[in-house]
Amino acid sequence: MTNATSDYGLVLAAGLFAIGLAGVLGRRNIIFILLSIEIMLNAAGLAFVSAGARWGQPDGQIMFIFILVMAAAEVSVGLALVLQMFHRIKTVNSDAANSMKG
Amino acid sequence: MMTLFYISAAVALISSVLAISRANAVHALLYTIVSLLSVALVFFILGAPFAAALEVVIYAGAIMVLFVFVVMMISSGPGAARQEQQWMNFRLWTGPSVLVIVLICELFYIVSLPPVTGPINMVVESKQVGMALLGPYVLGVELASLLLTAGLVGAYHLGKKEPREDTDK
Repeated sequence: MTNATSDYGLVLAAGLFAIGLAGVLGRRNIIFILLSIEIMLNAAGLAFVSAGARWGQPDGQIMFIFILVMAAAEVSVGLALVLQMFHRIKTVNSDAANSMKG
Repeated sequence: MMTLFYISAAVALISSVLAISRANAVHALLYTIVSLLSVALVFFILGAPFAAALEVVIYAGAIMVLFVFVVMMISSGPGAARQEQQWMNFRLWTGPSVLVIVLICELFYIVSLPPVTGPINMVVESKQVGMALLGPYVLGVELASLLLTAGLVGAYHLGKKEPREDTDK
């Protein structure tokens, strides 16, 4: 039973990853892009936990913890960048940020 | 158990699709929180209760609160009060509420089940996770702490108010 469940867990992870990828490619609001990246990271963590549950080993959950730490650091820096971008160009449309200084 | 897994997987997929297709950022955040909670339930069903707790506390709690703060800071300004009044409109809350009620019913059903014993129940306890985390993976824990420190310093540096352009001339 657990084997079948973890197989379907991998399928669910693939589906969530595809949805997040569609969000990254399809949306131009930078907050939605960050949110979609979170969904993709969550799907990667789900894949690790499913694989760990398949073998009954704790390694999958440990990789999930590392992904969680990475997501927390990424989102703090990313949201600080979003705030900077909003202060500079007064919009959250990522297509508007198309010029560099100098 | 498979039925419970299918229900929470369906809730996760539906709420993720709704999250990336909303026009309003706050609605998208609500649906993303529902998606994360349903993935937490999937973790619980897969036999990873520690990962499920971390998912609820850190992903759905801490990271989403950061998103909410940033959306509030970006959308404040004239018309913000009227916008918040729109957010209080109950029709906008029905979708996430229905999905969350499905998850809550599922959770109560799981808790009310008698504990399964025997070889079927392959639950990886948090004790095993902790032993492995501070045993063979202790270098990874140190690297994670370095990464978090770098994130803290980076967010502090980037979050500072930009100095005025005319003062440094």
